[in-house]
Amino acid sequence: MPMSEFPNLIPAMPEIFLSITIMVLLMVGVFQNSDTVETSVRVNRQILSLSVIALIVTGFLVLSVSGPTITTFNDLFILDPFATFSKILVLIGAALTLYISRSYLELHQMARFEFGVLALCATLGMMMMISANDLMSLYVGLEIQSLSLYVIAAFRRDDLRSTEAGLKYFVLGALASGMLLYGSSLVYGFAGSTSFAVLADTFAQSDGAPAVGVIIGIVFILAGLAFKVSAVPFHMWTPDVYEGAPTPVTAFFAVAPKVAAIALFMRVMVGPFGELDDQWQQIVWLVAIASMVLGSLAAINQTNIKRMMAYSSIGHIGFALIGLCIGNQAGIQSVLVYMGIYVFMTVGTFACILCMRRGDRMVEDISELAGLSKSRPLLALALTIFMFSMAGIPPLAGFFGKLYIFLAAIDAELYGLAIIGVLSSVVGSFYYLRIVKVVYFDEPGDAFDQPIPKSIVTVLVGTTVLVVFFIFYPAPLLDSAAAAAASLIGG
Amino acid sequence: MFEIGLSHYLTVAAIVFTIGVFGIFINRKNIIVIMMSIELMLLAVNINLVAFSTTLQDLVGQVFAIFVLTVAAAEAAIGLAILVIYFRNRGSIAVEDIDLMKG
Repeated sequence: MPMSEFPNLIPAMPEIFLSITIMVLLMVGVFQNSDTVETSVRVNRQILSLSVIALIVTGFLVLSVSGPTITTFNDLFILDPFATFSKILVLIGAALTLYISRSYLELHQMARFEFGVLALCATLGMMMMISANDLMSLYVGLEIQSLSLYVIAAFRRDDLRSTEAGLKYFVLGALASGMLLYGSSLVYGFAGSTSFAVLADTFAQSDGAPAVGVIIGIVFILAGLAFKVSAVPFHMWTPDVYEGAPTPVTAFFAVAPKVAAIALFMRVMVGPFGELDDQWQQIVWLVAIASMVLGSLAAINQTNIKRMMAYSSIGHIGFALIGLCIGNQAGIQSVLVYMGIYVFMTVGTFACILCMRRGDRMVEDISELAGLSKSRPLLALALTIFMFSMAGIPPLAGFFGKLYIFLAAIDAELYGLAIIGVLSSVVGSFYYLRIVKVVYFDEPGDAFDQPIPKSIVTVLVGTTVLVVFFIFYPAPLLDSAAAAAASLIGG
Repeated sequence: MFEIGLSHYLTVAAIVFTIGVFGIFINRKNIIVIMMSIELMLLAVNINLVAFSTTLQDLVGQVFAIFVLTVAAAEAAIGLAILVIYFRNRGSIAVEDIDLMKG
């Protein structure tokens, strides 16, 4: 093949569009006068709404270029139904969280237009890592995402907690990237290639155990990826970052990067290292159990609702990793369904948290939620629905997410995982139900601030409807997840 | 004649990487030291990549090393920027002072 051959750009159209949009938006923001508070609020509104529109357009581009598996840029970039499914989820999560963040940014003197641009940069990185087909493009995508996330974690730069969250996230994230890279270099050296396709072929053709270097490399890559999905024992950053970062940023962190990192985790483990599953399965098994147990136990004595959501997300990641541990098509499909439901539940919960203000101050203590049912019956009902759904109580969507995972685990005869999963889900429901109890039965405090911004109401209604009525119309999510899983396993 | 082979490079890289990791975990003094440790880890990776690239007679490793260098520069810039705004708020960059949130 001649070196000068022009790559096929069509599969990467969404990413190209998004990166051009980022540059344009940055220009639009910079060249406008934002010296006073009013003008910077106006520029921020403009850039935020343009960012949401850009994400929606990117979503349509993703759908329009979707199709059978195709690779481009010398096999560095892959587009398959799995990538399409994950990208759509990431874009939905990112667009919804950006959409609900405006009022918070304005109330907390954070209305600077860089917020939308940085969130778009992070989303671009997530799309790159979902489509990575080589250790190099994996690393570059991951870093585009991480570097933008470090900055938006510290976005409230005059606030000590936000900057501390950014600093902690930076140090631990850089450590994780370093481990992932060291693993990549070992895999490259001992297997001879960085391309996922070549690696898969190499491992399929060699008999017996792979070189020790490859195994050490896989362990390092696993550790780096576990950091990014915040699975135990690499979860230490999650509670602090979730608590310290501004609430819309926390919502963004809880949704989009989680989906992207889990998708990347599945692609790396099932793709190049699929033949070596007896090497990594035990590690993922252990990580899944530790995440589920810690997620449900450590959340019990949390007093801050954002911190509690951090442990809850650690637990959810544990459940998703069960599906990866199963490793077959049903397992991958159940993870994708679970993440799809997780996105809507989490966005809804954070929309509730963003509404709860008292005297121009965010209410973050769980005990302060008392009396929500009196002053805000509908908001209390929505929060209750999301908490029941997260706990996995039928007939809400969260129940089906867990059901598919446990069914797949039992089919694959991983009874231990399924039993521990169910038990930790029972323990975990305690802290979800405690919030419901505080909201409905505790002695009410002062009234909550009225009115809720319209954008948040829209998102709340939408996600509530999806979570409640998923039972009647699960087919679209199930079918597209099945097609995505088939493309990952088969191709 | 004593030849320097792949294993020597790998050993050096492993030692440098370990120093980097321990620098992050054992260091109780200063965040700047943590940043230097992060750079050490990435440099260890580069030694690995270049050594493998020469042994395998394959350019991919060197391309990868250049990517790592670029990203490391961006990472250091962002890290120092976050450190500066943290220092403005806290007035200290001692590791033991980063303790506002615990759990």
